[in-house]
Order: sequence, then C-alpha cells, then structure tokens
Amino acid sequence: MSILGTRVVRTEDPLLLTSGGTYVDDLRVPELAQAARVTFVRSPVAHAAITGIDVSAAWDAPGVVAVLTAADMDDLPPPPPDSGLTGTEGAPLPLGGTWSEPLLATDRVRFVGEPVAVVITDDRYQGEDAAELVSVDYDPLPAVVGFDGALAGESLLFPAAGSNVACATGAPAGSTAFDGCDVVVEREIVNQRLAPVPLEGRATAARWADGKLTVWVSTQNAQIARFILAGALGLDPANIRVIAPDVGGGFGAKIGVDRDALIVAWAAKHTGRALRWAETRSENMLGMTHGRAQRQVVKIGGTRDGRILAYRLEIVQDTGAFPRMGGFLPFLTSLMAAGAYDIGHVETAYQVVVTNATPISAYRGAGRPEATAAIERAVDLFATEIGMDPADVRRINLVPTDRFPFTSPSGPTYDTGAYVEALDKVLAGAGYEELRAEQARRRERGDVQQLGIGIASYVEITAADADGGETARLVVHDDGTATVYTGSSAHGQGHHTAWAMLVEAELGIEMSKVTVIHGDTDVIPAGIGTYASRSLQLGGVAVQKAAVEVKEQARKVAADMLEASEDDLELDVDRGVWQVRGDPASSRTWAQVAAHAGDAGLAADVNYTEGKPTFPFGTHLAVTEVDTETGKARLIRHVTVDDAGTVLSPVLAEGQRHGGIAQGVAQALLEEMVYDADGNPITGTLVDYAIVTAAELPSFELLSSETPATINPLGAKGIGEAGTIGATPATQNSVIDAVSHLGVRHIDMPLTPARVWAAISVAAEKGIAR
Amino acid sequence: MKVTVSVNGNQLAAEVADRTLLVHFLRDVVGLTATNVGCDTSSCGACTVLLDGRSVKSCTVLAAQADGREVTTVEGLSGDSDELHPVQRAFRAEHGLQCGFCTPGMVMASVSLLAENPAPTEGEVRTALEGNLCRCTGYHNIVRAVLAAASEGRKS
Amino acid sequence: MIPAPFTYKRAASVDEALDLAAQAGEEGKFLAGGHSLMPLMKLRLAVPETLVDIGRLTELSYVREDDGQIAVGALTTHGELARSDVLRRELPLLAHAAGQVGDPQVRHCGTIGGSLAHADPAADLPAVALALGATLRARGQSGSRDIAADDFFLGLFETALQPGELLTEIRIPKPSSAGWSFQKFTKRGIDWAIVGVAVQGANVALVNMGATPIRAGAVESALASGAAPREAAAHAAEGTNPADDLNGPRAYREHLARVLVRRALEESSARG
Repeated sequence: MSILGTRVVRTEDPLLLTSGGTYVDDLRVPELAQAARVTFVRSPVAHAAITGIDVSAAWDAPGVVAVLTAADMDDLPPPPPDSGLTGTEGAPLPLGGTWSEPLLATDRVRFVGEPVAVVITDDRYQGEDAAELVSVDYDPLPAVVGFDGALAGESLLFPAAGSNVACATGAPAGSTAFDGCDVVVEREIVNQRLAPVPLEGRATAARWADGKLTVWVSTQNAQIARFILAGALGLDPANIRVIAPDVGGGFGAKIGVDRDALIVAWAAKHTGRALRWAETRSENMLGMTHGRAQRQVVKIGGTRDGRILAYRLEIVQDTGAFPRMGGFLPFLTSLMAAGAYDIGHVETAYQVVVTNATPISAYRGAGRPEATAAIERAVDLFATEIGMDPADVRRINLVPTDRFPFTSPSGPTYDTGAYVEALDKVLAGAGYEELRAEQARRRERGDVQQLGIGIASYVEITAADADGGETARLVVHDDGTATVYTGSSAHGQGHHTAWAMLVEAELGIEMSKVTVIHGDTDVIPAGIGTYASRSLQLGGVAVQKAAVEVKEQARKVAADMLEASEDDLELDVDRGVWQVRGDPASSRTWAQVAAHAGDAGLAADVNYTEGKPTFPFGTHLAVTEVDTETGKARLIRHVTVDDAGTVLSPVLAEGQRHGGIAQGVAQALLEEMVYDADGNPITGTLVDYAIVTAAELPSFELLSSETPATINPLGAKGIGEAGTIGATPATQNSVIDAVSHLGVRHIDMPLTPARVWAAISVAAEKGIAR
Repeated sequence: MKVTVSVNGNQLAAEVADRTLLVHFLRDVVGLTATNVGCDTSSCGACTVLLDGRSVKSCTVLAAQADGREVTTVEGLSGDSDELHPVQRAFRAEHGLQCGFCTPGMVMASVSLLAENPAPTEGEVRTALEGNLCRCTGYHNIVRAVLAAASEGRKS
Repeated sequence: MIPAPFTYKRAASVDEALDLAAQAGEEGKFLAGGHSLMPLMKLRLAVPETLVDIGRLTELSYVREDDGQIAVGALTTHGELARSDVLRRELPLLAHAAGQVGDPQVRHCGTIGGSLAHADPAADLPAVALALGATLRARGQSGSRDIAADDFFLGLFETALQPGELLTEIRIPKPSSAGWSFQKFTKRGIDWAIVGVAVQGANVALVNMGATPIRAGAVESALASGAAPREAAAHAAEGTNPADDLNGPRAYREHLARVLVRRALEESSARG
C-alpha cells in the first residue's frame, strides 16, 4: 500500500522539539564567528525631508565599528532607468524612476520605520545604545494617511509623479448591466491593513570574503533572493551564495529579500566585516511589509428569487509608501472577483495609491482573500435584501459541478470543482438547520447572547505563477540512501516529510533514508521557492518525476546486474528492492544498484511545470456568539471543506488549514494596523496588535473533500492559503448575522466589541430592527 | 557581574553585563539557542523556560534574577535519556508544530501547565497557553498534543 | 528590546533594600517580579540607573490569617495568590482576580506589591484593593506606615509611596458579606481590561475608567439607598474619566461600566 495519503509524522520534528531549529540568529557557523551586529536607525516620523544626519556621537559610542548612511552608498550600481511601465496593471513597479525606493533613506522619509542609518557594533547590546546617539534632522511634511488622503493628493509622496495614484485601470462605473436587476445593493467595505507577524522576524547575516558574498537570510526564496541581491549590489549572481536556514514563518512577507536585508548585505561588503541582524518585534511591526489594505465598493444586482445577474468590484489599494508590487495584488483580486459563482456580468476596476505607511506586499492569500471577502459580503447583503437564506442564495449561484472546466466571468478558467457539494457538506456537518433553529429561539427570547451563522464559499488560484515551474534533483547513493535537492523552500509546511513520502512511494526507499535539502543556491542554483501555494503541485510533482526518472535509470542498471531484460524486472516498492519478476531471490538493493551504476550514478534533474494554475475551493461556516450588551463576539465553531485535490499528507494538509483558519478568523475579529492622522502607528507592538491566541479559538471541524486536479499526476492543488481565504468572510458574516435581527447590515473588520456595539447602537437609534 | 545558573542540570558561571536578559544569557553565553525571542513586549512566550520548575518569559527576567537558581530549557527536557519527554512526544505525534519557532516556548509552557494541572480540560489548556503565540498551527494540534500528553501522564 | 545600562544590586533583607534604595536615590527602582518594570525598561520608556532586586526577600511572600484580617506579603506572586487556600476561602475576589492577571508565566513572576506600586490604571489588583478596603503597609528608613487603599492611588502611575519606600504587606479585613464578583472585559483573554469591575459586598471599584482605579461612589450610594443592581449600575460612569483609545470611544467604556457593574452586582448577590 502506498504511503501517499496516509498519516505520517513529520521528519522535521525531532530536531525542532529538542535542540530547536537553526534560524538565522541561531547560526554559530565559523564564517560568522567574528560577525558584528547591525542595528537600524529608523524614521520616527511618517513623512519628512531629511535635512541632516549627525553620526559623530554614535561613532564614539562603545563597541561601534561603523555608522553608515545613504551618503556611504557610493559603491552601488545606479538604479535602472525608468522603464515607463508606470501605470501598467499587474506589474510590479520598476526600481528606477519616479516611484523608486532607496535602500537607506536619502532626502526624504515616507513611513515610520523606514531605515535611515545602520550602526554596526561588536555586540548586540551596544547597538541599541549607539543607535540612540544618531541624530537625524527631520523637516516634517504633511502626512498622507488613508485612502481619501491619498486620493485627494494635497500632499504628495512623490512630487514628480504629480499624484499619489501609482496606477489605475478597469471598467468605468455606470454600466447598464444593473438596469435589469430587481434588486441592487451597493456598499463600501474595507479589507483592513494587517501585519503578517511571523514569530521569527526578519533576520539576515552576510559575509564578503574572497570576492564572494554569502548571505544567510530568513527567506521563502533563496534563488530569488540571490537574483535581487545581484541586481541591487551590482554583483554577478555566481559570486553570491544565499542560504535559507530554518525560517520561522513567512506568510508571503519573506518573499525574496527586502531593502533591510539588502542594506545588511551591502554593509558587509562595504565594511569587509561579517555582519548579522535580527530585527526586534517593534521593528518588524513597521519594517516588514503589511498586507491587505483595500477599500472596496461592491455592487451586486439580481432577481428577487435569488439569481445574481451582475457584480461590480471597485478597489482602492493602499500600497503604503512605496509601490513595490504595483498593481499585482488588486490585479489578483480582480481576477478572482467573481468567486465561486456563475454571474452573467462581472466588472472590476482598481487604483493603487501610496500613503505614508509601511509598504504593502503579499500576506497569506495575497489579493485573493480580498476578492472572496468582497463577494461573500456582497452575497450576504443581497440575500438579506431579498429575504432569502444566504446558503440558498449561494446554492443557486455557485458554478454547477457539471460545468467544469469553467471560465469565470472575471477571467480565469477554473479546472475542477464541486462547489455545491462542498457547501452542502459543510451545512450538513455543521447541523445548519438546528443552528438556525437555535438562533431563532434565542431571538425570540431576546437573549443577551445571540447566535450568528456565517457562510463563505470560495475558490482560489494557486500556482498563479506556474510558468516559473519548480526544480528537483534526486540522487540515490551507493549506501542506499537518497538525497532530494528541491527548489521549494519550506518554512513550516513540512516539505521534507512530503518529498520523502514521494520518494518512498515511488522507489521504496524508506523515508528515514531520504534527506531533503533546500534553500542553498550553491547546491540548488535554480528554483523558485515557496509562495502562492505552489510547492506541492510544482515542487512535489518535480520530485516525483525525478524519482520516476531515477527508477528508469535503475531499471537499466539492475537489468545489467541481473543479466535480464528490462521488461522482466520489477521494483518491489514494499521491500525497496529490484528483482526479476517472480524471483525474490534475485533481488538487489538500491545500494547495490547505485554502486553498480558507476560514475554516472543514479541521479535525475527535473524542472517541471504545466504552465497553468489550479483552483482549490471550499466552504467555511462560522458559528459565533455575540454578547449584544457589550458587542463581544466569540467564535464557537468553525466547520470547513477546503478541497485542494488529492491529499498527499492529511497531517500536513490539516495543519495548513488550521493555521489559515486562525489567521482568517483573526482578521475578521481582532487584527488591524492603525495609523493616526499624522501617520504614526498606534498598533506597533503585540500588546496592541491583537493576533489570536489559543484562548480565542475553538478546535476546528475539518471535513474531507478531494476533487483531484487533472493537470498533474498527484492530482494536487495548493492548500496553504485556502483556509485564510474562507475563514475571514465566514466569520465576518457570522457576527453580522448574529445581530442582523437588530437591524445591522454590515460591520467592517475587525469586528471588535466596540465596533459591533456601535453597529447595534446605530441600528437601534434608527429603529431598523426587523 | 558574575552569575551562576544551573541550566538543565549543569552549573554555569559567567561574567555578564548587569542588564543581560536571561534569554540572551541562555542563547549567547550558554549557547542554547532553542529558546527564541519573538517579541519585545513580553507578549509572545517564545522565550518561555522553567525557572525553579515554573514557566517564565526569559526575555522579561534578568540573568541576575536567575543567579543561584535552576533553569530548564527544551534542550534539557529529556534529561540524560535518549527518549523524548512525553510532551515532546505528543507534539510530534499530533503535528503540534510547523515552523518550530514558537515550539520550545510552547513546549515548556505546556510542561509547566501540566505540572500545575495534570488533568486539564480543553478550555483550561487554551487559557493556560494564551501567553504563547503561534502563527502557523492555529493551536488546534497544540491543544491536542497537550491533552494527549496529559492523558499519557495519567496512565503512567 | 534591550534596557539601557544600569547597575544591579540585590538586597538580602528589607533593611538592606531600603539602604540600597536610599543610596540609589531618584534614579533607583525596586525590582520585584519585574513584569511591570522590565517591559518598560526594554522599550526604554523607563531608564533607572540602579535596580534594587528585592525578589529574594522570601519573608515578604505569605498569605496569613491574622486576627480577623488577611495579611498578604507584598512579594506574593499572582500565581500564589490564585492558588492560596486561605484566599480562596476568605477573599475569593482577590484569588480570582489574581488568577486573571496576564498569563501563567506573568503570574509566576509578578507580585501584588509590584502591581499596586506600579499603579497602571488598566491593572486589576489596584481596583480589587479598593473594593476590599485594603490597607497597604509601606516601610521606609524612618519606619513603617499604613496607607488606606482609598488614599494610595494618586494619579497615572503615581502612588502615595515616597521615594525609597517599599510596600511590605497588604492587610485586608475579612469581608462581612460573602458576595463578590470580578468582571474583566477584554478583547482577548490576555489583554489588559478595557473596563473591569471589582465588587465585594457593597464596595464597587472600577478598572481603567480613569487615571487611577476608582470607587464607583454613585453606585455605592444608590445601593446604600436600597437600589436594585440594575438601578444602581446606571450610575456606574458617574465621576469617571475614561479614555478614548484603540479599544473604543469614551461613551463605549461608560456603557461597558454600566453593563459590567450590573452583572457584577447580580453575580455578587447570587453569591451572598
């Protein structure tokens, strides 16, 4: 029986549970033995001209090796010229040109936390002391805060651009598609700015020696990191080695390397001293990119009997101080705007604006949670307007199972799906009718604790960048062990376990004999890494294909050893031996076959892609209890189907779903990065930025559903972000549902007690209770 | 100043700056890097160790405060044995970790919790772990792991 | 993340602690559990030049019945308070509230004396001290003095303690009524109270409704005049000065105070 699909404990865990992982700050390698410490000086103001930097006092502080500013960065290549791509939908904006971002700030700072100088000291403790002595003169400029502030354009972050709108595209408003609808609902909603908060912040160590730069960095993509380093520092990639050691969570915010890591790498080369840096949490809250931050206007129209006919999604994307990703995130949001529904007319439009806040980048879901949250809110608003059960409205409009592959009105072709079945499975698993009955009982009694039931059906796009493919190299050694070199880059996802399962399943080499290596560009020069929920369907398939290639090589070698024809040979996967069919006594071990293979060995290199994304889907149902006197909402149950095709490892898949659900619920109920009117962050520590703890969550109820992908032999789609995508709108809808009988129609996230109570109060004042 | 701390059963003496945090003493002076720093407001619990058998956030304790006392980190949980501590075993069996960064602190907090409450309910486990943040697992399997370890503990 | 440099001194006795504090002068702070002070020092919001560690003064860690009163040593940790059989029997309000402070790790270190001396308006135990009618004993180089809890909390992080004075004991009269309640309203279990209410008999104290913990005087008067919980609770916000902040506007806190006081009074009545 194949090991695939069975519950296997992780191979990563014994080390992590005993001596702990080796994250960048844990490295005790000889190359870093004399490393000095980097401490950043960061802007305490949101928007200002820098009129002077005095580093003299800092230079005199104990243990200081160097104090560096932009003025010292004269050994960098000039930024590339403006490619004129400004305004192109979907493209990240170029490094050069109007919107370009420096490494250390030059004449202007544009967000609180922007790096202005680095202080290099012998030890960690001296660094903070010395950094306090760097004196920077800031001449404040009016801060651009919030969507309206940016659009008004009274203060510009990039005067040469003439506005704060970095790009804009899409269908103009005023379409006649809504004219034929019985019912049209329009609402402005906010998908709030979030901080990714991986438990390990950003960390980088770097050493320049003998013409080569070695960079250890907490990254999701060592190869992409090397590419960025080469461009930024003007080095040949062949002279850069990037190593990703253990990485303590990434969630999209550790893709490649960002400017702080580039500064550390540059400083190591500039000073000739090995350096290490690990940010504090306060730095991380402001210096690591944030996520989401879209203001949306949803307009949904349809018939009184529940058929949705038209949907418009208009987005203003706050991209923070530098438009690093250009229009990419709202582009993905627009692509997935129609969600899991068959809607006749769908139109989207977006603008990307800069504000004096931390730059925005990918955060678990990267554009797709925003799409699902919008359409799922819109569907509930529509359902309320026509007085129909939100589950029934969904059932009527979900893409029917016999329509796949289905080209969505917002663009992509969904490969396989069973959306209605997923909805019905969740409703059954949750006991939907009894939940509605309990809700009705509480409403009739006028209980203080009301019950809310929220549903979200979703489809999401994984391996959106499938063209990049993924690499795998597999070697079977003459001692019978095997090594996998994978381009993927796990930071908690358990790839080492999963890839070892694939090797065991294909070749019969026990998992305990399979070593998986990732994240070292000297050893794996080509690869993409892990984001976009791409790793199993690309990296895992690449491993399987490499195993198949190795198997065929081994067949030839074994045939030679056994002086038999290849057709007569079989690999007994259960015993992990080659033999003449029907003759167990002829068996040869992998060690023997590998030894016999001589210099050529048994090795295969694969670079794999189908060039197409896949579309996992599901339904989430959240049950919340809301205290109508205080506004406090409590999640008491969360039931899901997250169908990402054939499940290779149920253990790993469940873990991804759990983690995604928790982050999704946290967005709905707790988290928000808040800035005041001057652009100062108010939620800059973990005291105020409320990430969810074990005490706020129930155990989750995960239901199984496997609708295989058809484009890869594993039948796999991506699971990593699906949980987040479904959980947020289900939870938001649930809390609003709990108080809808009091006249509440919408509450923006996070649904804190104060906000829920305010909504209840406003509805009560207006006397809108049904 | 000089501090002498018993770490995982070994007496260690070192000359450290007065302001040295216990977590940095453990990581940089003693060389035990499993205990991690995840925040600067005593919120996340990644730095949790046992001080005289009780869980503390080692980022909020001075090495000086641990002078003459006993510290246990995750590296010392299994003692001299090759076998994993029941809590470590349970975390592995239940997939109670993903990236592993919060794990040492989470395990030590769990050990302390079970020492004080050997038969906790699910709700008690969740409340007892509210000072330990995890961003990867959603806590679901961590809670299962602690309950499994508790159950195993009661059998032996 | 790293405190500014300071000199660490450890006291082996209360007298030594007072001497060391006197030597350190204005730039000195006592270090007990450290879980109010250390977080401030790590963010460099507090930069004392000398820390006098009183954490080894085990003689100040106790819970005793003493002649109709309960005497609690100032260095008793929140965890010890929560587990104390004496407190659970005689002062369940204190045991219960102490068990809600922070998280288990915080409760293993933080002390009642530290919490009261730090006087964070969002802290739980100061309001509990008011509700219990506690007397705080402070010792300085010139001797000991007793300060009523009602006279102890003067302003934001400001108490009646003089420089160099050390809290040694908290004395609480055994309550005449069995009724008590503690309502701590938070977003997450680990958060500071958005608003909190401590009730012991007819005493009602509020957490985070101003710069200091406050007795809800108007509520107490209403109760004394025979008002039922709901009526009395309607006065909960009178005389308070809550903040507008991330957790909500003033009006929300005032509303919460009324709701929580009502719930506390109802729960307290049900208990006796």
